[in-house]
Amino acid sequence: MAAEGGHGPQTSGEYITHHLQNLQACKNETGEWVWNQCAGNPMAINVDSMFWSVFLGLIFCFLFWRVAKASSVEKPTKWQAFVEIIVEFVDSSVKETFHGKSNLIAPLGLTIFVWVFLMNLMDLVPVDWIPMLSYALGIEYMKVVPTTDVNITFGMSIAVFLLIIYYTIANKGITGFIGELTLHPIAPPLKGAGLLAAPFIIAFNFILESVALLAKPVSLSLRLFGNMFAGELIFILIALLGIWQLPLHFGWAVFHVLIVTLQAFIFMMLTIVYLSLASEKH
Amino acid sequence: MDINMTLIGQTIAMIVFVWFCMKFIWPPILHALEERQQQIEEGLAAADKSQEKLVEAQAKADEIVAEARHQATGILDQAHARANEIVAEGKDAGVKERERQLTAAKTEIEAETNKAREELRGQVSAIAIASAEKILKREIDGKAHDDILGKLAQEI
Repeated sequence: MAAEGGHGPQTSGEYITHHLQNLQACKNETGEWVWNQCAGNPMAINVDSMFWSVFLGLIFCFLFWRVAKASSVEKPTKWQAFVEIIVEFVDSSVKETFHGKSNLIAPLGLTIFVWVFLMNLMDLVPVDWIPMLSYALGIEYMKVVPTTDVNITFGMSIAVFLLIIYYTIANKGITGFIGELTLHPIAPPLKGAGLLAAPFIIAFNFILESVALLAKPVSLSLRLFGNMFAGELIFILIALLGIWQLPLHFGWAVFHVLIVTLQAFIFMMLTIVYLSLASEKH
Repeated sequence: MDINMTLIGQTIAMIVFVWFCMKFIWPPILHALEERQQQIEEGLAAADKSQEKLVEAQAKADEIVAEARHQATGILDQAHARANEIVAEGKDAGVKERERQLTAAKTEIEAETNKAREELRGQVSAIAIASAEKILKREIDGKAHDDILGKLAQEI
């Protein structure tokens, strides 16, 4: 059914690739802004991912800001109580893990958790609704789940990565940061004949620790991306099954609710853990 | 699925949203939460305190009641004692009065008796004298025998 929907006859392959194609905008060789001719262009922008990501971020900000503005001590509204449950949940998670004092980490955790959750939640909108609506409005591609775009997840993990480096330097100094990269896990000998081996040991440590450091943002983003992309792909595949998609879609959606929440939580929790590791002195 | 400028865009968006959350969302909500926690804590403490005060006040009230009861008993005892005293005093006074009146009556009776006796004696002696005069008028001078007659009258 959905396979035939929208724009003329399609094979299943075309249907799937169409669903996995971002709406892109970029400048071509002549300096004009063009749509969807940007494959491989590093200056392109995935307009749909950006739009949904910012839109959902604004929803988060608006909903929570409205509560924050009118937050009442004596008479919390139901919505305030709900928001407070989330805030309290994030706050306790942060307090359990991060022992320093920081005004940034808890709001960062809250933003990540709710924002990623909302972006993941877009996966539960039936896969054809928004793309077909957009197509009717003249927009050819529309990928509605921003977290199935590797740029989005990497964008967030890079912000986290920058914070990791900032926290390490702020808490251990620039020497502490360099020391962490070069003096572990094998401590270089400081005197005697072993001194000759020290540069090699340092180089070895540096390679090992750099990989460990870089693995943090990469694993953080790829975990989220992989889970959501796979989930989305399965929704698309289920959408190809005709009438059988109804029970299957339901079953997978129920299961996916768990993934949606869990991945948002994991992203938040790992961010907190990385930052607390970065700011703890050993 | 290529890496492109979306990555930078998302990083910027994230920084903006986190900044917004840090500035305008997190502090008021957490402030309200903490203030409520404090209020609940204070409320519970106040409840505990008033409970304690209630117990204290109860004890104090009991003490006051006991004291009052004690005092009342004292007053009652005193009153009883005083009443007994008054009754005793009344009795005493009655007895005395009776005795006084009795004595007075006795004295009066005695006086009356004496008076009557004197009178009687006078009359008897007068009668005796008269009769003796009549008897003796014939034989003896009254004046010569006056002392004997007086003695006689005294003996009567």
